[in-house]
Amino acid sequence: MKPKVAFFEFTSCEGCQLTVLDTLQRHPELLEVIEIVQFREAMSERGEDYQIAFIEGSCTRPSDEAKIREIREQAQIVVALGACAHLGGINAIRNRMPLEQTREYVYGDKKDWFETYPARPLSAVIEVDAVIPGCPIDRKEFATAVTHLLQGRKPAIPDYPLCIDCKLTENVCMFLRGQTCLGPVTRAGCEAICPAQGQGCEGCRGLIPSPNMHSIKQALREHGMTEDQIAAKLSLFLTYQTMQLEGVTPA
Amino acid sequence: MTTLKVDVHHVTRVEGHGNIVVDVQNGVLKQCDLQIVETPRFFEAMLRGRPYLDASHLTSRICGICAVGHATASLRATEQALGVTPSPQTTLLRKLNFHGEILDSHILHIYMLVAPDYLGVGSVIPLAQSAPDVVLRALRMKQLAGDLCAAICGRHTHPISMTVGGFTHFPSLETLRELRARLVASRADCDATIELLAGLDFPRFERDTEYVALHKGEEYCFIDGVIDSSDGGRWDLEDYRLITNETIVPHSSAKHTRHQRDSYMVGALARFNINHDKLHPRARAAAEALGLAPKVINPYLIAAAQAVEVVHCTEDAILLIDQLLEMGIRHEEPAAPTRLTGEGVGAAEVPRGTLFHHYQIEDGAIVGANCVIPTGQNLANIELDMRALVPTILDRSQEDITLALEMLVRAYDPCISCSTHMLNVRFV
Ligand code: SF4
Ligand code: SF4
Ligand code: SF4
Repeated sequence: MKPKVAFFEFTSCEGCQLTVLDTLQRHPELLEVIEIVQFREAMSERGEDYQIAFIEGSCTRPSDEAKIREIREQAQIVVALGACAHLGGINAIRNRMPLEQTREYVYGDKKDWFETYPARPLSAVIEVDAVIPGCPIDRKEFATAVTHLLQGRKPAIPDYPLCIDCKLTENVCMFLRGQTCLGPVTRAGCEAICPAQGQGCEGCRGLIPSPNMHSIKQALREHGMTEDQIAAKLSLFLTYQTMQLEGVTPA
Repeated sequence: MTTLKVDVHHVTRVEGHGNIVVDVQNGVLKQCDLQIVETPRFFEAMLRGRPYLDASHLTSRICGICAVGHATASLRATEQALGVTPSPQTTLLRKLNFHGEILDSHILHIYMLVAPDYLGVGSVIPLAQSAPDVVLRALRMKQLAGDLCAAICGRHTHPISMTVGGFTHFPSLETLRELRARLVASRADCDATIELLAGLDFPRFERDTEYVALHKGEEYCFIDGVIDSSDGGRWDLEDYRLITNETIVPHSSAKHTRHQRDSYMVGALARFNINHDKLHPRARAAAEALGLAPKVINPYLIAAAQAVEVVHCTEDAILLIDQLLEMGIRHEEPAAPTRLTGEGVGAAEVPRGTLFHHYQIEDGAIVGANCVIPTGQNLANIELDMRALVPTILDRSQEDITLALEMLVRAYDPCISCSTHMLNVRFV
């Protein structure tokens, strides 16, 4: 029997699910080994007896928690798909700002009409069995992860820094080009696609275990960034993780 | 049937979460809402205080489908604010990239989201057995569109190398030549797409409304321009608020808009109605084959207008590549800002319609931001369509009515995660 797989999304841009669709189109053989029972963006059918759940998006309101727990109870394996689910992603940027101000800026005096609270990764709500990092996820990594899951293995993600990928790709380091990059503290696995395209890494795959935050900040400073610019860079994808490291709770 | 309750919770095959709620009592339509139940995203607030170079990277994450569109509108807003004039090469590359995204999104919508309804299946998956040529064609066209985006900006979903004033990476001439050959070969797929659409039995529902799109000289325009309305009148981009007039309604976390009537439409059909005479001749011929002549007032035909745009974008992409090949690709540093404080509006016609980004920048940091998204602009229009449609189909079964409403909403290709995230029909 093919394992039944379901896809869910919470607060996200659905870019990771689109990457999944794209991967399935390029690797139709994957559809022969799994059975997709739920994928709201792509199909109307809906089955509830899945074993593997891929969840995209962060949890940004209390009412999402029950659904997330329900998925956890049903699925044998829960995989966080992409930076939003893995890290809180860009949604967590607002966690450093007072929530009331944020709501008021967008909805004015109607700010109480819509439910929200600080953005959190899935792992803050339920236990997560595996993650596929990135914003968006990497196609190859998704295909490999599915294969690993079918073999009963937990998909492994690198825990060494992006600089290693970058060297293997033979990029000229962004710092040598007079620019900045979060590669030294970011998890590898994307083939350093951003430096290869002439942009510094923004850290979308999350921090490596035990990142040296002190020295990356020092390096950014030495390359002409102001404290505000450093804070902005470290908060595009890494707000939740850096706040945890600092022991700060959301405003 | 004089009493009817429809309650579709989370409409499928659309991007994001929305509900359709209809309540008819004794033949009187009491409620007919398209509820946007997506979580608020707060992008405008998240932009504040960030360096201007972050804006396009952050806002591309508003939507996984229109990532290039958001990045482009964002860059144009920043460039207007900081007095940046991109080079002719940058302009050409951006246009080419944009066509890639329009093609990708339109193919996805036509083949994967809309066609299954007309072919009587719940998704594109069973079609792989019953109509493999159709599915393979869609995949081939999508793959080409995705590869086009990736060649220009590094990745389709969330562009990497597009930046304020230019690009940080350039496609090789070889890559452009390969893409050109594939685009030329895809003319056959374009023709087959038009043939497929010509064979679909679109519901005969019509409702005249105001159509709004960007307009620029002789170009069937997707980036910059002025705002044009089928009801008459042209407005500068800076005056976008005069058109959008956003209001907040309780049943939708996405704001509503209205202009010269109670609602207006943006998107492929609005563009077709306004800029039809600027389409590539092959696209105009395709419109004729589909029986489309402005002004088309049947919203179900948005998919047909998208197919016409597929032909246009394919042809225009070939022409753009020819220009780039002739000029040769040069490695250029991005054009630099002439000031670090200013205010600017950028606009683009993303697949679902007109998108505005508006930034205030002080000393290089964003201090104010406003983004007006196409689905938000279409919401009030969709609701008025639903209100006009429901009374005319009350004699049908609840199942048929629900399907007709879902198909109507789906026709707009609403992007709910961008409008904040939206769709689900609830008959209460
Ligand atoms: S991780 Fe990135 S691509 Fe994936 S859903 Fe979140 S914002 Fe979109
Ligand atoms: S460009 Fe970034 S990832 Fe590559 S070596 Fe330099 S710091 Fe590391
Ligand atoms: S280089 Fe950095 S920002 Fe870019 S994809 Fe890789 S981890 Fe993400």
